[in-house]
Amino acid sequence: MNAREAILGAVRASLGRGELDAARRAELEARVPAHTRPAIDEDPVERFVRKFESRAGTVARIDDRSQIVAAVEAYRASHDLSKRAAVGGALRELKWPRGWKVHHDPAGIDEALSVTTCFVAVAETGSLIFASGPDNPITHNFVPDDHIVVLERGQIVTHFEDAWPLLRAHGIPRATNIVSGPSRTADVEQTIQLGAHGPRRVHVILIG
Amino acid sequence: MEIRSREFPKRAVFAIHDANLQQALDRARDGFIGTRAARAAELPEFEQLREEAKNLKNHILENLDFYLEKYEAAVTAAGGHVHWARDAAEARRIILDICKRREARTVCKGKSMISEEIGLNEALIDNGMEVVETDLGEYIIQLAGEPPSHIIAPAVHKTKKQITELFAHSHNRPPKDTVPDLVNEAREVLRGKFFAADIGITGGNFLIAETGSSLIVTNEGNGDLTQTLGKVHIVTTSIEKVVPTLDDVTLLLRLLARSATGQETESYTTLSTGPRRPGDLDGPEEYHVVLVDNGRSKMLAGRFREMLRCIRCGACMNHCPVYGSVGGHAYGWVYPGPMGSVLTPLIKGLDNAYDLPNACTLNGRCGSVCPVKIPLPDLLRELRHLQHQREISPPRQRHALKLWRFAATRPRLYRLGERIAARALALVGKHHRIHSLPLAGGWTDTRDLPAPAGKTFIDQWKARRGQK
Repeated sequence: MNAREAILGAVRASLGRGELDAARRAELEARVPAHTRPAIDEDPVERFVRKFESRAGTVARIDDRSQIVAAVEAYRASHDLSKRAAVGGALRELKWPRGWKVHHDPAGIDEALSVTTCFVAVAETGSLIFASGPDNPITHNFVPDDHIVVLERGQIVTHFEDAWPLLRAHGIPRATNIVSGPSRTADVEQTIQLGAHGPRRVHVILIG
Repeated sequence: MEIRSREFPKRAVFAIHDANLQQALDRARDGFIGTRAARAAELPEFEQLREEAKNLKNHILENLDFYLEKYEAAVTAAGGHVHWARDAAEARRIILDICKRREARTVCKGKSMISEEIGLNEALIDNGMEVVETDLGEYIIQLAGEPPSHIIAPAVHKTKKQITELFAHSHNRPPKDTVPDLVNEAREVLRGKFFAADIGITGGNFLIAETGSSLIVTNEGNGDLTQTLGKVHIVTTSIEKVVPTLDDVTLLLRLLARSATGQETESYTTLSTGPRRPGDLDGPEEYHVVLVDNGRSKMLAGRFREMLRCIRCGACMNHCPVYGSVGGHAYGWVYPGPMGSVLTPLIKGLDNAYDLPNACTLNGRCGSVCPVKIPLPDLLRELRHLQHQREISPPRQRHALKLWRFAATRPRLYRLGERIAARALALVGKHHRIHSLPLAGGWTDTRDLPAPAGKTFIDQWKARRGQK
């Protein structure tokens, strides 16, 4: 007997039954989970900003897409970064000022800054959800020291349960990264230190 | 990993006299307990979520075969491979075969307790591969040549000073003595390893049957770099980690971070679904999941099914006074604390871990904080009962219990015995304390036995009722 049959057989033996019949399987297929969601009576946008900042993320608000590059430039200048960035494919059309070098490839080992979009954001915990794909290499979210995320107000949902139907409709991506602020560790004496392996800073440019 | 749980008494004594360990444990306990309590208190639905999580896990376990098959089909549809492993040896063989086929030289690893359970690192190293643990805590103990002492904070037993010395020695760089400098040095050293790795191995906190995704939660981002930059991503996980849907895993995630590190969420929650797809610019070429049984299907049969609800948050050990005194290494295998004291005898054999279920005061704190309401004290008591039934407990203890039962089922004899003992002990005790007592050295060697008042409770009760 192969390992698969042996394990499934042992599971059924311990449960004191054979394979489930068609009726029971259909019942399980039709099951709709209805778990309690934490009550949230706060405006989703305000809550997202509050929660994201509480996890050491930063937020700059702009009125429309024409201000994205200026907001990136302001962030770059304030952190004294060089004018190089890995930029997500969805932001290909942005016009960068003279002196900037941008590319849309995966982030390399020395990548310092990435500028990307995200799939949706969740107000509940102040989290950004990224869906991998040709325009969204995963390395943009984890390799650079600084990660700038362009987010539209309308992309913010309240609970995770509000994000899942959108993800199903999009098709489950190869990698779904839920990011709640910068990388951190507490492995040295329970002292929280940002920038363990992933970005040291995550900055949201919020439009609208 | 070789089991050394039989050495518990010796290792516990050693641990209590280790000043560095005691300092580290004090710090950790204060941190973990306070932050978990704060997160639980600020979420009014917390108790409700615990109850729902318990019911969800029970539902999954009752239909485990169905959800495992559904999960496997979804992984396969996404282009991944599911491998089933009956035990540790089979799991190691499966992973070694993949690594050898890909001619792997460097393997990066995210944190995985299943990997510890199946003794994976030793097997890879014995086959000539370089294995790099990338979670900072795991990296620290790998450099130290030690096993983890906590399931979510593997280096919790180390002080900063010890880590400073370890890094200076291993990295051959000047000693760093601040936390930011230590973390930065590890970041620099490990960055190159991530990019050079042939294989990335991570654990899987949950497996989602609906989507065929494995899910990991981390704070550092090391798991993501590990699984993104290797040519092959291998997930080491176990059969009870499957959940039906995205909505179901959301419930468990709300409890996991709060119970584990006292955060509303960890920094990174990542779902991996199959290998790199056409047009993708990064991600692994192959995606494998190794589903380990290793005793779990058997555990499903009886009373200990409840243990399979465990989501590996570590709250039970953070709140355990015994773990807080002796640390994780004393337990002698992979899983320490209350959950480990249940799992170790069940996976490795009752007679290999006799002391673990007995190293418990039955104070009940572990059960009261468990996010999936596992009645840990009841399960520990049940294990003691099994030890007694199978005559694994020391003969002296079994004879003493027989004697006690003989007396306890004869009330007159029992009360007479009590009276004699109470008076005798009251006579021996000076200033209400007894410093040493024949046959009770286990107690009086390290502390005084309070001397009884001279009259038994029942006698005093009768006397007082008579006064009224």
